[in-house]
Amino acid sequence: MSQKEIHLIIERQDHTDSAAYTQEFKIPYRPNMNVIACLMEIQRNPTDKDGKGTSPVCWESNCLEEVCGACMMVINGKPRQACSALIDQLEQPIRLKPARTFPVVRDLVIDRSRMFKALQKVKAWVPIDGTYDLGPGPRMAERDRQWAYELSKCFTCGACVEACPNVNERTKFIGPFAISQVRLFNTHPTGEMHKEDRLESLMGEGGIHECGNSQNCVQVCPKGIPLTTSIAAMNGAVNRHAIASWLKR
Amino acid sequence: MANNQVSREFLFRRMHSLLGVIPVTLFLFIHLFTNSSATLGESAFNERVEFLETLPFLPFIEFFFIFLPLLYHGVYGMYVAYTSGYNAGKYSWGRNVFFVLQRTTGVFTFIFVIWHLWTTRFSGNTPNFDMVTQVVDSPFGYWFMIIGTVAAVFHLANGLWGFFIHWGITVGPRAQRVSAYAMMGLFLVLSAVGVAALNAFYAAV
Ligand code: SF4
Ligand code: FES
Repeated sequence: MSQKEIHLIIERQDHTDSAAYTQEFKIPYRPNMNVIACLMEIQRNPTDKDGKGTSPVCWESNCLEEVCGACMMVINGKPRQACSALIDQLEQPIRLKPARTFPVVRDLVIDRSRMFKALQKVKAWVPIDGTYDLGPGPRMAERDRQWAYELSKCFTCGACVEACPNVNERTKFIGPFAISQVRLFNTHPTGEMHKEDRLESLMGEGGIHECGNSQNCVQVCPKGIPLTTSIAAMNGAVNRHAIASWLKR
Repeated sequence: MANNQVSREFLFRRMHSLLGVIPVTLFLFIHLFTNSSATLGESAFNERVEFLETLPFLPFIEFFFIFLPLLYHGVYGMYVAYTSGYNAGKYSWGRNVFFVLQRTTGVFTFIFVIWHLWTTRFSGNTPNFDMVTQVVDSPFGYWFMIIGTVAAVFHLANGLWGFFIHWGITVGPRAQRVSAYAMMGLFLVLSAVGVAALNAFYAAV
């Protein structure tokens, strides 16, 4: 009984603006496969389920151990990492789709630029460059380090952006991850020196006020990042900053 | 603030959230409480209404404390409902379903409130017990009042849950869960209060 097959239904697209179509594939089963292994199998032998030759399906992946974020796609209706999606734990047929909140480049490859623009907008980094040696920064309390480390696990995969109802054509919402990153860098003892800039960016276009608390983000995040906690904490920080800076004027 | 143009959107949203609680929620508490005196009989209700009519600066209170905030919350809320996405069909987690319900009850309540004002405050009738019994006299009037009240009260309770998050009060998941249960309790209590009052008017038809 080693003749088991894996049935895949994949939503494909040839160019950025060509129409989407679905194609079905049947590939031989091997133990301990993940979705990427299936896609590699199709790449090796690009024939659809009827044995007709086709172009291999494109996807993105790097680390294959859920640390780079590149392989996020919609698997059986949920946005998740293809490398940690084990075939033995998935219901067949397995349906793969690109995360269409983002522009599709080809097949399962998406363009995540909007996420990097969002990180630029909220200044999600610690500025340390100077014309002279700035010396070591202040130390971080261990108690803060522990939870801040969890936030630093975000690998910009975009699952939270894909699942969020308020990331759509009618809003400019930057997405849940960017709000969480503000909390991370505003907690860092050196990053904190620019916290007002980040809070103000969260009050700008597409900022934190676009969140409507559907809380889908926290359900889909593969790294288990407490996004809704970050959002609530930043809501408080942004409001305090808005009131305080108005009173100071 | 660095960018005045874009911070406006932030202020509009926060104002929408704040006005929904102060004064709109407070007003609805008073309103439902007044109505429930109908369960004590016609004269008890009429006494309450007469007392409210003797409040000083009544037109001023009505306009600035009730009408304007309600109008802002309602009209801006329509815009919020329009810009929101709806994907509870794909992702049917409880909170996402409530996200959709918050917006549908909001739109429904907006329509209901217009009808409610038109059949009561702006109907030209004297505001008293009889006026309300006339409204609930038809099956449409009765059921629209019941469903409208329940929808409004749901929007209030679930809206408070969101308010506590928008103002950074309930931060962690446990606090948000406890607040969700508490707000659903509030929803049930206020629904019961509202429906009991409506049934008291209906019993007198
Ligand atoms: S917060 Fe989670 S779901 Fe969102 S981009 Fe980061 S890792 Fe992905
Ligand atoms: S390949 Fe890096 S997260 Fe899947």
